[in-house]
Amino acid sequence: MPSDKKKHRPVLVQVETPNLIPERDLGSIPVLQAEHLGIDFGGLTAVDDFNIAMGRTEISGLIGPNGAGKTTIFNLLTNVYKPTRGTVLIDGYDTAGKSVADVNRMGIARTFQNIRLFSKMTVEQNVLVGFGNTMKTHLITDMLRLPGHWKQEAEFHDRALELLDIFDMRTYADTLAGNLPYGAQRRLEILRALATGPKVLLLDEPAAGMNPAETEELMENIQKIRDEFQIAILLIEHDMSLVMGVCEVVGVLDYGKIIAKGTPEQIQNDPRVIEAYLGKQEVK
Amino acid sequence: MDIFLSQVLNGLQLGSIYALVALGYTMVYGIILLLNFAHGDIIMVGAYVSWLVMAQLGLNPIIAILLSVVACTLVGVLIDKVAYAPLRNAPRLSILITAIGVSYFLENGAQLVFGADPKVVPAFTDVSTIKLGDIALSFPAVVTVLVTVVATIALTLLVQKSKLGKAMRAVSEDMGAARLMGINVNSTISFTFAVGSALAGIGAVLYAMAYTQASPTMGMMLGTKAFVAAVLGGIGSIPGAVVGGLIVGFAEMIVTWLGLSVWKDAVVFLLLIIVLIVKPTGIFGKTMSEKV
Repeated sequence: MPSDKKKHRPVLVQVETPNLIPERDLGSIPVLQAEHLGIDFGGLTAVDDFNIAMGRTEISGLIGPNGAGKTTIFNLLTNVYKPTRGTVLIDGYDTAGKSVADVNRMGIARTFQNIRLFSKMTVEQNVLVGFGNTMKTHLITDMLRLPGHWKQEAEFHDRALELLDIFDMRTYADTLAGNLPYGAQRRLEILRALATGPKVLLLDEPAAGMNPAETEELMENIQKIRDEFQIAILLIEHDMSLVMGVCEVVGVLDYGKIIAKGTPEQIQNDPRVIEAYLGKQEVK
Repeated sequence: MDIFLSQVLNGLQLGSIYALVALGYTMVYGIILLLNFAHGDIIMVGAYVSWLVMAQLGLNPIIAILLSVVACTLVGVLIDKVAYAPLRNAPRLSILITAIGVSYFLENGAQLVFGADPKVVPAFTDVSTIKLGDIALSFPAVVTVLVTVVATIALTLLVQKSKLGKAMRAVSEDMGAARLMGINVNSTISFTFAVGSALAGIGAVLYAMAYTQASPTMGMMLGTKAFVAAVLGGIGSIPGAVVGGLIVGFAEMIVTWLGLSVWKDAVVFLLLIIVLIVKPTGIFGKTMSEKV
């Protein structure tokens, strides 16, 4: 598909790969943009000069050795950590000074490296918590269970089940989240994040602890989510087969700095990456 | 039989008041892991408001009840905003000590304003007994039990069914994750304080109805026993607070009935010690594992 290189917005900074992502909205502003983002903890610079600009339906990956600062970047993008330097724009709006909850409402949702579901609530309730932003309910109506409550409850019950259907989890609706099998907990975390209606979904090591078959399924699911919800997905992952299989653009982080970015093929052949990251595995 | 029934009712009445106060302890602990030692003193605020409205202003008891509950709710939320919210990220010990400070502040503040002598709260109603067949039951006791049942059901519905209730449970489980799911944690915490304090306000009115007095330190022992009730039932658990409250109430009633009323406080704390040895997490408490 021939197209004009210059029209493309920078992705994880400029990449010479014009035809990779045909579905990206060329005319509109990036859905997620970070410029010169950085944070210091005391004297330690954990992340420095991180830049990203994501198209609306793009799947990008962030890789790097342990301690490189990947999760820190997620915490910066969601305002859990206040950046020392730089800016984050979600759909063009600056997140500076916004609360974590507000940043979520601006359109960014995430999952966690170590699963953080509301384990004492049911699967459906976990999703309903995610829906919270869009529910217009009245306390007294809810408590007295007036007709308005039933109508709304029925509507959100249906919506929750529909969402669970995406990963065939409808049968689990009344199970306590803490009692789900591991893989299902990971899937539920993604659904709970989707329930908040994000424009960008951040996945922190979604394949951690999964076997190759489950990882395969996860890859299909990630693409399915992108296609159905038309959102951008940024993921951190150690599993190279997943990163190389699903991401359109990959950035490599080492010691808090992006040392390389490009298509999966470019990354795999980049000597700096091999040295910093893949190289370690070869030594063994 | 008659005496037995009225004693059971006494136990239920006392237990209900403890339960209402214990609910406030347990809810606040559940959401921010704070033992809000000022909670008992909110009862005192409610009792004084009842006294002010009825004895000083001579207004209708209904107004007194409403104003008491409203005042307790406001004071509870205000305490959180002024004293606890600035310490949200401070070590837990700091906020605990602050809670003790707030408790002393309220007690001494009341003493300064109203004096140390107990004030007599007028009767809310002229009806003192209701007849059930040929058995006469104490009216305040019956009202107390009924109100507590209704309040507990309402609270359970609120926590289980409403959006704010779900937000409360989410925040209590994982505040960080709840924030990232778009939940406004601060307003959820304020709401929890409001509900807990409103229940304390109801407890205050029921207490004033039964014991007809308000004094600056009345919240101290009442609050401590309600705290024991919350721990007995398993702190953080709503049914636990109710059951714990009833156990404490009945224990006191039985000890008093046996003519050993000087021992009733000791028995309550003995119960606490036994529970802490046998089942430290309380009756409904789950084993907690610290997050690492």
